[in-house]
Amino acid sequence: MAQLNMVQAINLALRQEMERDDRVVVLGEDVGVDGGVFRVTEGLQERFGAERVIDTPLSESAITGTAIGMAAYGLRPVAEIQFLGFLYGAMEQFFSHGARIRARSRGRFNVPMVVRTPYGAGIKAPELHEESTEAFFCHMPGIKVVIPSGPYTAKGLLTSALRDPDPVLFLEPTRLYRLIREEVPEDEYTLPLGQARTVRQGNDVTIVAWGSMLERVLKSIGDVSADVIDLLTLNPFDAEAILASVRKTGRAVIVHEALKTGGFGAEIAATIAEEGILHLRAPVLRVAAPDVTMPLAKLEDSYLPTAAHIKKAIDEVMRY
Amino acid sequence: MSEEVLATFDVKHLSVLDVEGNLDRTQIAPPDDALVRRMYECMVLSRVFDERALSLQREGRLGTYPSILGQEAAQVGSAIALEQPDWVFPAFRESGVHLTLGYPVDQLFQYWGGDERGMRIPDNMNIFPVCVAVGTHIPHAVGAALAAKYRKDPIVVVAYFGDGATSKGDFHEGLNMAGVLQLPVVFICQNNQWAISIPVKGQTAAATIAQKAIGYGFDGIQVDGNDVFAVHHAAQRAFEKARSGGGPTFIECLTYRLSDHTTADDAGRYRRADEVEAWRVKDPLLRLERYMAKEDLLTDEYRAEVRNRAVQTVDDAVRVMEEHPPPAVEDLFTHTLAQLTPRQARQLKEVTHGPA
Ligand SMILES: Cc1ncc(C[n+]2csc(CCOP(=O)(O)OP(=O)(O)O)c2C)c(N)n1
Repeated sequence: MAQLNMVQAINLALRQEMERDDRVVVLGEDVGVDGGVFRVTEGLQERFGAERVIDTPLSESAITGTAIGMAAYGLRPVAEIQFLGFLYGAMEQFFSHGARIRARSRGRFNVPMVVRTPYGAGIKAPELHEESTEAFFCHMPGIKVVIPSGPYTAKGLLTSALRDPDPVLFLEPTRLYRLIREEVPEDEYTLPLGQARTVRQGNDVTIVAWGSMLERVLKSIGDVSADVIDLLTLNPFDAEAILASVRKTGRAVIVHEALKTGGFGAEIAATIAEEGILHLRAPVLRVAAPDVTMPLAKLEDSYLPTAAHIKKAIDEVMRY
Repeated sequence: MSEEVLATFDVKHLSVLDVEGNLDRTQIAPPDDALVRRMYECMVLSRVFDERALSLQREGRLGTYPSILGQEAAQVGSAIALEQPDWVFPAFRESGVHLTLGYPVDQLFQYWGGDERGMRIPDNMNIFPVCVAVGTHIPHAVGAALAAKYRKDPIVVVAYFGDGATSKGDFHEGLNMAGVLQLPVVFICQNNQWAISIPVKGQTAAATIAQKAIGYGFDGIQVDGNDVFAVHHAAQRAFEKARSGGGPTFIECLTYRLSDHTTADDAGRYRRADEVEAWRVKDPLLRLERYMAKEDLLTDEYRAEVRNRAVQTVDDAVRVMEEHPPPAVEDLFTHTLAQLTPRQARQLKEVTHGPA
């Protein structure tokens, strides 16, 4: 098996799916000749031609809106938005149409499209290049939200996303693009959307994380006996995996790099409160960024949750 | 049944200074010497700033930076025609505009170094912060122009952007509104022919970007963006028209991005070297120098003096930038809202003193 980084794993998933299914078409800014600003689509245009790997004008709303039309017509477009912060300009299309066409047409039309975009902090980039606003999208019914945590999950989840009958937002944690290498099967495989993965087993505390925070959690927790749950899909999320673990451990810490208020951690904490409160021995804690505008490079390290924050939260729940 | 022509249009291209530095005096009167010198000094300062920013980035002392190499005439030639109460809405590749308007040089470095205190615009300048989301500031310029018209302030509002920005819906919506309401706004597009790897043919099927104005009901002109006099002439005319109630103008400055898109880009992947070389010959600064030499405005001493002064300014600014103490964590909180929310107040305490 090859050791791949996440960029290579995503590239491989796209390549294999395009080979398997000629309805899969890639579009976006710089995805063709340049191979994408992070090189995720490198080589695809050479292989599949400019009609299937389309360099578009600088138009996020048009990229998203045309992908909706293509999908309704029967293709499986994969739209790359250069950074999550630039998807905001396409919200009208994504929310008012992509998310609703199945409902509005009573199932006559559906939108099997994937929007791929790098997201998250830790790369010292200009403004709007490090957004972590996944919660917005989870609030919108009709859209699935998927966040891989490394090369292996990226390949399996993207393959599933490309075969899914509904719009999927596939958020790629930029900090991880080249940080981790993993064994990634060359053969095609899928990981089901909506299913979490327990990456470490333990008895004392349940830690739920996703995206680039998973790597930080695993680095930070030392020898605490923890169930570490990699959520992978935020909408729909695997509440059962979390509840089963909390029933065992009685404690939960949720770690995300998005800011705290209205972050997806709130949904998880509320679910634990609704369905698992009688198993709890300690309050559910969230480790999150403060409620501030994502800063530029100089203050980025003060924004992101650190190993110390994660340890402190674990210590705190362990005191009960 | 009949078919008749309802309207036909011309799209003009203005160029007055050729590559050898000859001025076409049938089109414009020679600019006065003081103005020429100011243009030259601002262009040299822009170039030196740009060179230094690139080298600081390579040394890891600055973050990702977008070079303006080759675009100095478009930026300086237009900004120099602005007046203090006018408002400017820049995109992210306008260092030359900032410098021409007198923006503190250390702050410009500070911003590109990843410290947003660099974008605390001095109170006497009406220039909006750098806008990274391409084209999204265009409606803001239109809004400021609407406000100026409402208040009857005889100013002009300028929005700067690239050719890529003209593909955004915000461009269309902004220009359309400006046309309908006849606002005192000038749109300056630096068509540097590339939006990262997408050439201008990948942005529009139109022969020029200038002609887009026609669809919105106001004038569009293309100027040679490497000709500082042509840019200045067109800008000044458009600004006067706007200030006197004549409504919007669109100016396409046809120029070329000689550098990579940013320091995070490698233009060699998508762009031919011979294309770049063909544009290097049209360097706007060289062209102005050739003109000045012909007009006896450029002695060796003056040239060295201008460059030394620019280097000195930039050296000082780098020193000041690096002497700034790093931003405090409080800075994260201070400017998200006018007042801290209760939760923010708690979070601020936690990050500064540890948990309560
Ligand atoms: C809305 C948006 N989409 C994508 C990007 C990423 N991006 C930054 S600059 C750029 C190209 C801009 O081209 P242009 O408007 O021609 O300006 P230039 O870079 O040539 O000065 C792109 C795609 C962005 N910053 N904003």
